[in-house]
Amino acid sequence: MRLLLTGNYAAAYAVRDAQPDVISAYPITPQTPIIEKLAEFIDSGELKAKFVRVESEHSAMAALIGAASVGARTYTATSSQGLLYMYEVVWWAAGARLPIVMGLVTRALGPPWNIWSDHADFYTVRDSGWTMLFASSAQEVYDLTLIAYCVAEHRDILLPALVAWDAFEISHTYEPVELVGDAAQLLPPKGAWTPPLAAEDPASLGNLAYPEEYAETRRIMAEAARKIPLVFAEAAGRFRELTGRDYSRGYECYRCEDAETVFIAMGSIYGEVRLAVDALRARGAPVGALKVWLYRPFPYRGVAEALEDKKTAIVLSRTASLGAMGPLAADVATALALNGHSLKLVEFSAGVGGVDVTMDDVLAMYKAALEKEAGTYFWRGR
Amino acid sequence: MAHRVFPREEYLLKGHVACPGCGAAIMLRHVLKALGPNTYLVIPACCTSVIAGPHPRSAFGVPVLHIAFAASAAAASGMVEALDKLGKPANVVVWAGDGGTVDIGLQALSGAAERGHNIIYICYDNEAYMNTGIQKSGSTPYGAWTTTTPSGNPGFKKDLPGIMVSHRVPYVATLSPAYPNDTFARLRKAASMRGGLKYLHALTPCPPGWRYDPSLTVEIARLAVETGMWVLYEVENGVFRLTGPSKALLDKSKRKPVTEYLKLQGRFRHLSSEDVERIQKMVDENWERIAEMLKESSEHSGKQG
Repeated sequence: MRLLLTGNYAAAYAVRDAQPDVISAYPITPQTPIIEKLAEFIDSGELKAKFVRVESEHSAMAALIGAASVGARTYTATSSQGLLYMYEVVWWAAGARLPIVMGLVTRALGPPWNIWSDHADFYTVRDSGWTMLFASSAQEVYDLTLIAYCVAEHRDILLPALVAWDAFEISHTYEPVELVGDAAQLLPPKGAWTPPLAAEDPASLGNLAYPEEYAETRRIMAEAARKIPLVFAEAAGRFRELTGRDYSRGYECYRCEDAETVFIAMGSIYGEVRLAVDALRARGAPVGALKVWLYRPFPYRGVAEALEDKKTAIVLSRTASLGAMGPLAADVATALALNGHSLKLVEFSAGVGGVDVTMDDVLAMYKAALEKEAGTYFWRGR
Repeated sequence: MAHRVFPREEYLLKGHVACPGCGAAIMLRHVLKALGPNTYLVIPACCTSVIAGPHPRSAFGVPVLHIAFAASAAAASGMVEALDKLGKPANVVVWAGDGGTVDIGLQALSGAAERGHNIIYICYDNEAYMNTGIQKSGSTPYGAWTTTTPSGNPGFKKDLPGIMVSHRVPYVATLSPAYPNDTFARLRKAASMRGGLKYLHALTPCPPGWRYDPSLTVEIARLAVETGMWVLYEVENGVFRLTGPSKALLDKSKRKPVTEYLKLQGRFRHLSSEDVERIQKMVDENWERIAEMLKESSEHSGKQG
């Protein structure tokens, strides 16, 4: 079925199709339409879930921790300040090994108040143990949300997963979205994983752990996290068979093969990057583009392979990382270093706080990057 | 009568690491006996996070979700809804200290109460942040020494049960570890009520925090009630009723002077006679309010009946 949906509604449809048992959320712009749509689905009976209308984001995630600890499939969504307000329990969800799925509509952090897209909120989660996916269209929001459940609930993983997308450019923009006919074909059956708490077999989740035991829980988590790319690829492979859409590598390369310069981006900016690549190719410039879908665990090897033999990597970071290279650029640098590749890495902080980044900006960045030294630059527009 | 139905089964197991004479541990033992094995505990940061014993073992014979400080009522909200959706009904019980209830956890508790989840929320109130080493909380009484109120708390204890009554939850009750039969009856009643948050608040003496000999816990808990400083009551669907020994204390002459309670505890040792008079006056005024509430409640139930 093909529907005209915003990114937020695409998320709500994916959640409807995943049929979680418990949803809990707190309103925040630009996330709110997701939970409004979910409330409609519950009201109409299309979605048979409990909706806990909590008084804060901290309570939203806490409610899902309580629900998932006894075996419920769960969902929440938030943005920006909301994510930071729930931050403590975001880590708790991962440490408790609960397969919660969350939508994150990226939005700038205050002050000053700003409701537009910026990836600073997204990056705060990067070390917590959550699987982190980034969508750059409404279709990808729908697809990756379903895949997120497959990864989170896999018995070898049992770690929460989030899917992020840009405020407004994706969250509030209507695009055609192809729905899968029967999501149950794709998702693990309900009850396929054993919840940590059950009255018939009393156990304790989150007990005080002395250093060695604590370290051991973290080691086991790290081991599970290492399996995520494989499990993601498996789930994405099943998804490809069902839909023809392929996310299995965790990133997309566009016209990279014979490129000398590759743009790297996540989210809606990637659309403009692709247009710029086509325009530059038409002029004979050897350029390509790489989009990251699976941000954590980061596909270091794949990204390094894609950039092998290139001369320049231009990373468009939609955040101003203060006092350091932005996380995406730092991850690309790590991928290159781990694989012994040396090429010029230029990062532009672009689109910060929702500033529009057009194809012309990307063309100008290309010109600037060839002239500039490697490093991080703040893109103030043309 | 009640002592004969008190279950022999233990759900607070040997090897827990509560301090000797811990009032909270006594209370928890009685609470779990009353609730039985089909019970999930949700515990925020508090003494009981430690009392539970270290990972991977647990000193509780029921499943426990340990959760971040501010999050217990919200976590219980999600858990009880999940168990309902999954067709596994059980007692979902928050067991939280005073800091996790009256201070950092109050917003989540207020939200859960307003939403009306079928939860039993129990605050064990040792009147300060005891797990971190005796710092003043919003539940610390007037005049009490703590490490952050070295010359005595200038503020007054929050009336959390009163705040919960204002949420119009179906059931609010107060408890004391000195009266296990009373505890048992209150918990059985709370567990039998379907729908809505049931709020119970226990005053649980703390030997290291209150500065007294561990052998005196039950005596101090009893004196808190007998002096009228801690009132045992329940509010069922808005109707106020004294319970246990507090039923007999409406007449001031039946109440022991507050000094009997205060003098056993090092945290009150520095109090001047004016301070003690002030506390006595506050207690007496509280009982005047109770008399009025009883009158209102009897009129209310009279109208209903």
